[in-house]
Amino acid sequence: MVEFALYNAWLVPLLPALAFLVIVFLTRPWPMLSSAVAVGSMALSCFFATLAAYGVFTNHHYADHPLVYAVRWFSMGLPGAPELVIEVGIQLDPTSAMMMFMVTFISTMIFLYSTGYMKGEAGYSVFFSYLSLFGASMLLLVLSSNLLQMFIAWELVGLCSYLLIGFFTHKIAAREAAKKAFITCRVADFGLLLGILSLQLVFGTLNLVELSEKIYNFEQYTTMGILTLIAVLVFIGPIGKSGQFPLHVWLPDAMEGPTPVSALIHAATMVVAGVYLVGRTMFLFTEVPAAMLMIAITGAFTAMFAASIALVQREIKRILAYSTVSQLGYMMLALGVGSLTASMFHLWTHAFFKALMFLAAGSVLHGLHHKADVWDMGGLIKKMPITGWTFVIGGLAIAGIPPLAGFWSKDEILLKTLNAGSDSGVYYVLFAMALITAFMTAFYMWRMIFLAFFGDEKPDNHPHESPWNMTLPLVVLATGAIVVGWIGTPWHNLWAEWIYFRYPKHLDPNYLLMIGSALVGGAGIALAYKMYCADQSKALAHKLAGQYRGIHTLLFNKYYIDEIYLWFNHTVVDGSARVFYLFDIYVVDGIVNGFGGFTKLSGEGLRVFQTGRLQNYALVFFLGILAIAILMAFTGPSAAGLLGGVM
Amino acid sequence: MDINFLYDFIVAQAFYAVATVILLGALAVVFLPNIVHAVLMLAVTFIAVAGLFLLLDAPFIAAVMVFVYAGAVCLMIVFAVMLIQRRHMKLTNVFNNQLKVGGAVVALTVAVMAYFSANARWSDVSAVTAVPKDTMNFLAELLMTKYFVAFEAAAILLTMALTGAIMIAREVKANAGSTDDN
Amino acid sequence: MPDLLTTISLNHYVVLSAILFGIGLFGALVKRNAITVLLCIEIMLTAVMINLLAFNKFITPMDFTGQIFSIFVITVAAAEVGVGLAILIAIYRNQLTVNLDDLDWLKW
Repeated sequence: MVEFALYNAWLVPLLPALAFLVIVFLTRPWPMLSSAVAVGSMALSCFFATLAAYGVFTNHHYADHPLVYAVRWFSMGLPGAPELVIEVGIQLDPTSAMMMFMVTFISTMIFLYSTGYMKGEAGYSVFFSYLSLFGASMLLLVLSSNLLQMFIAWELVGLCSYLLIGFFTHKIAAREAAKKAFITCRVADFGLLLGILSLQLVFGTLNLVELSEKIYNFEQYTTMGILTLIAVLVFIGPIGKSGQFPLHVWLPDAMEGPTPVSALIHAATMVVAGVYLVGRTMFLFTEVPAAMLMIAITGAFTAMFAASIALVQREIKRILAYSTVSQLGYMMLALGVGSLTASMFHLWTHAFFKALMFLAAGSVLHGLHHKADVWDMGGLIKKMPITGWTFVIGGLAIAGIPPLAGFWSKDEILLKTLNAGSDSGVYYVLFAMALITAFMTAFYMWRMIFLAFFGDEKPDNHPHESPWNMTLPLVVLATGAIVVGWIGTPWHNLWAEWIYFRYPKHLDPNYLLMIGSALVGGAGIALAYKMYCADQSKALAHKLAGQYRGIHTLLFNKYYIDEIYLWFNHTVVDGSARVFYLFDIYVVDGIVNGFGGFTKLSGEGLRVFQTGRLQNYALVFFLGILAIAILMAFTGPSAAGLLGGVM
Repeated sequence: MDINFLYDFIVAQAFYAVATVILLGALAVVFLPNIVHAVLMLAVTFIAVAGLFLLLDAPFIAAVMVFVYAGAVCLMIVFAVMLIQRRHMKLTNVFNNQLKVGGAVVALTVAVMAYFSANARWSDVSAVTAVPKDTMNFLAELLMTKYFVAFEAAAILLTMALTGAIMIAREVKANAGSTDDN
Repeated sequence: MPDLLTTISLNHYVVLSAILFGIGLFGALVKRNAITVLLCIEIMLTAVMINLLAFNKFITPMDFTGQIFSIFVITVAAAEVGVGLAILIAIYRNQLTVNLDDLDWLKW
């Protein structure tokens, strides 16, 4: 059975894809049946994925030699020696097996949750068909054995993201957010596509395993400059998909979509596709130190940048969105310091606790009839105990409180960054940024929790606990948020033995750092408690906001990034468009019209010679004959030959 | 003065006489203001050309020239003149407004041709070989053997051309309609 | 010079032919009456025939090529003058003129 799952992992993405087709073409009129098909297929897919992952994680051979099976899709060039061979295939190694299991598991939970959350909404069946399509695309991306297939899946998940963000088509904000997400990601995907094409051009293959070997000896194929360019181009894709600065703007807006979508796509799975892609193409980036540094700096900056915005936001999902951006920055930082292990570990734990928090937030919104401002909530934990306590667990996990999942992965990243500091001093700066981010994360997360779940109840709120099919996933994920980090503890790092790049790196546990990061998280929580829970009037919070009004406004308006983009669009893009418009009107059209006018004028001029009188024509005709005769008579012997050879 | 020289002398005088008639006739065709006179001078020219052909050892062609050109063609043209020029015949043969330019082009053409012929080196074999006396036999044989296809094609061409000429020139009846025979 | 007057060479015929051709061309280019233009074309054809027969006599006396082609030229000229006159008559019937200055419909 394990063997079967291992060698038929293509079933994992296929099942949700079939569910998509079945729902679209057969069961759409019956909502309950449609959701059952979607949940059932994903659960079955999860079952297979679990078996396959079990198969991978019981055979250490796969850690260094991925299990790849592929079929040729098409080839171009000479038969026998094709220049371009495109395959579709599955690559199973610990990283993709982990992702496959994580995606199917989280998806199953969220599908189940959606049956409750979306109950009674119009387009219930369509929602589940989109979710199934997304699941299929994401799993295809995860399991791809080559970059082109990965890119196709990458675009498919982008499409699903667009469809699901704009699912509530009656909301203008949702439609706009969907467009924004799609366009922003397309901009980034263009860079990725260029990068992929360059890889094909330079190395002649897109197969991940082959590329890994060829790029290791890249000097046979290309120069350092070209490789750097390719690395930068490839990295542009993840910048967009994983919401890194400066293309993060779409992710907070994407929260206009239904909450399960936010949890599934914009927290746990799709947005980490960028991180995953960089992890998959680690062999490319490790050869280019400049690209690695760029990734690290981008990650650290994004983490701190997003966390600072999250400090003052008011909408519950928006805070979580910036938190997601921040945590994605963490993962990028880990990749930038060369640790696939730490990055994937944080990806893994983050998927659990962030999905949990989104689902809990959705439960809150469900109970409060979509009142999103945390300042309007309060004391919810009494009416919604399961939602509240699971949210608290998530909050503890993300704040990095041991022994919850977030602590171990965050600690790993901090440790790796600190150790990288021995190579270059810039990593100490990045480490400091990461530590500050950890503090801010704990603070804003617990600010939200204290405001929403503790304190006084607001009289005009009538919250109620959600049904079982929403709370069950919460409980399961909360359990996950507690335990999934234990496989990667510094004392017995099972994780690092399986998921690594080229060879496992063993680091001794750094107790000072562990205590330090736990203390930083605790300090954040304590500060939040002091400002937002202990003091019911929130006087200190208001006072600080008033005292630093400028900074507060700047943060609340997200550093005006959207406004800057708008200004850029309106002045620079539209302005240059205007210049080009004038250029088109006067220069291009001028040239074209000039040709036309010249033709017309010369026609008018030549019309004079068109007298219509035969004898004029005959006259000119004879002049021509004379000219030719004279020409031929006086130029060369061959011309004379044409006259009959009589000369 | 032997007989050959005498023969050559007579031929030369005949050539110059005939050439004079030809050129004057042709000039008259061009310059006479009355079209009927022009046609008449054309006939004179053609007859003189026929005489020239006799000097060129082509008696058959000379005969055909008289029959076809001086006879048939000129007759046809006279009929056409009668059909077309219905009023007085004076000033029916005048110049148009490109007289000077046309004259220049013609002068140039003649000059070029004169230059070419003056500079040409002919492989003149007339001193050794002469055209056989009974040209008729040779022509008949060649037309019926070597040039048979061309000969027949020319015959068909002539038939078709004259039939077509009849079709084109036929009087169009005012009520020529669908029910009449055409 | 006495040689030129007493011995008629090929050049004599060629020059005569050239002058006759020139007269015909001149008439064809400058006469206003379409019938005269036809006459002049006949003159040009005649000049060509003189050439053909002269070359026949002086260069290829035994081949008769020039004479044969003269016959063809006569045939074609007869056909041409027949068709040409027919066309002129048809034009006259429509336009009541054969003045070439008036027949300028080839203009744009």
